[in-house]
Amino acid sequence: MNLASVLSADLPYWAQSLLRVLGGLVAVLLPAGTVVYLFLFKMMSFMQSRLGPMEAGPQGSMQLFAEVGKWLQKEDIYPARADKFIFKLAPLIVLASTFLLVVVVPFGPDALFTDFEAGVFYALAVSSVSVLGILIAGWASANKYSLLGGLRAAGQLIAYELPMVLAVVGVVIQAGTMNLQQIVVAQNADSMFGFSGLGNPYVITQFVGFIVFMIAVQAELTQTPFDMPIAESELVSGYMTEYSGFRFLIFFIGEFATAGVFSMIASVLFLGGWSVPFSWFGWTTIDSIDNWMNIVGPLILFTKMIIVVFFIMWVRFSYPRFREDQLQKFAWKVLIPVSLANIMVTAILKVAF
Amino acid sequence: MPKVPGLVKGLGVTFGTMMKTFKDGSNTVQYPHVKETPPLRARGVIALHEGNCTSCMLCVRSCPDWCIYIEGHKEMAPPRRAGGAARKVNKLDRFDIDYALCMYCGICVDVCPFDALFWSPEYEYSEPRIADLLHDKTKLGEWMETVPEAPELEVGADKKGKK
Ligand code: SF4
Ligand code: SF4
Repeated sequence: MNLASVLSADLPYWAQSLLRVLGGLVAVLLPAGTVVYLFLFKMMSFMQSRLGPMEAGPQGSMQLFAEVGKWLQKEDIYPARADKFIFKLAPLIVLASTFLLVVVVPFGPDALFTDFEAGVFYALAVSSVSVLGILIAGWASANKYSLLGGLRAAGQLIAYELPMVLAVVGVVIQAGTMNLQQIVVAQNADSMFGFSGLGNPYVITQFVGFIVFMIAVQAELTQTPFDMPIAESELVSGYMTEYSGFRFLIFFIGEFATAGVFSMIASVLFLGGWSVPFSWFGWTTIDSIDNWMNIVGPLILFTKMIIVVFFIMWVRFSYPRFREDQLQKFAWKVLIPVSLANIMVTAILKVAF
Repeated sequence: MPKVPGLVKGLGVTFGTMMKTFKDGSNTVQYPHVKETPPLRARGVIALHEGNCTSCMLCVRSCPDWCIYIEGHKEMAPPRRAGGAARKVNKLDRFDIDYALCMYCGICVDVCPFDALFWSPEYEYSEPRIADLLHDKTKLGEWMETVPEAPELEVGADKKGKK
């Protein structure tokens, strides 16, 4: 079962690989572009009572291409005292972690890159690889602001990794599997208190977990209430200070692609993923799902992703920044105890029923 | 009304603004296509009424940036009355304002005792070359056309000066 099998059952290996690479690029770049245009350019502008980019293309929709063109033309500068090899490597590590993350996201009954048993575990492990990239970027820049930003980022990402993992544990307990595809199936095949019309999206039964997960995602993405690492009013631009042109572009794509991919994972874990409740079409297991879901599924997932990103960005554009100590306190003293309690309650209920 | 927690209220404000922008349009205008009329007394550019200037140099000396340059010479003019002595008048040779330096404080306009300087709300005079921001006598004179009529004074105000 993989993406290639949707189109043709027996393609040669190179064609399958090519398809997967293309699929991966689409799965990373399309959400990134949509998120940037729809939310960063338009929604933020509208929330500030202005129109945002309007000149490039209809309603400024080509603005992103113009920006990419601009960045590509710029000189690739690195500081004289920078550790050049590592300095150049850092943005790629950040972007690579996004690509590694998208691999486990299921897009349809057969439309997935890999059906991975420990998918949740893998996703959480890989998502923290980007910390390495950020830390390296901060260190290699040979700049005090970058270093401070990098260290802040590391401290923050590690602190919020924990509530995120713990929030997901609730889902894993309830679904009884770590396979993301199985989690989707479990949510849509299940029923809530005997009512199967909605399936059992965990956003309802695991509401506390969902809230904790979303807050942790917000912090992992260093979006605004948690944007201490790039606090532009004190650290210039944190770990990105010394980056320009192409490398800044990679950081930029990485940031918003990760926002998209994390939202996909959130939709998979809590909102029922690519599927609609099975009872709508009389499906029972994953094998009885009609083939057209392989086309519609990604669109459903994409829609859910847009909704989740909307909330992330809405919070981002509304709130001021946390102070560093408040940020750490919030993670360790509020989120972690809450998610631990959530695990306990979930486990007890799971055993009880 | 029950008290809404501040965090939720904040989300409400941004969402409300977004919806309002969708419905009624934004507070901003698309500048090169649409232009806002600046207020009547906007400090856009300073215009020179050359005939009124006596090159007394008051504006030059009170400009905090020293960005007004005046050169002049004295000329003999025929006497006012037949049989009177010939008069000396100041002729203005050069009157430049360097808008690359000007900070639009308006001191020169206020200080001019002969009503030779006026504010005009015109603001579109940026230049690709910074040196072109030095407006000379002719150019400053041309701005006179854009100076609006002085607004009506309030009732009972002490009327001084005229355009
Ligand atoms: S507005 Fe102020 S700065 Fe500008 S020329 Fe007049 S006195 Fe000088
Ligand atoms: S203060 Fe007025 S009259 Fe005197 S030099 Fe300046 S513009 Fe001319």
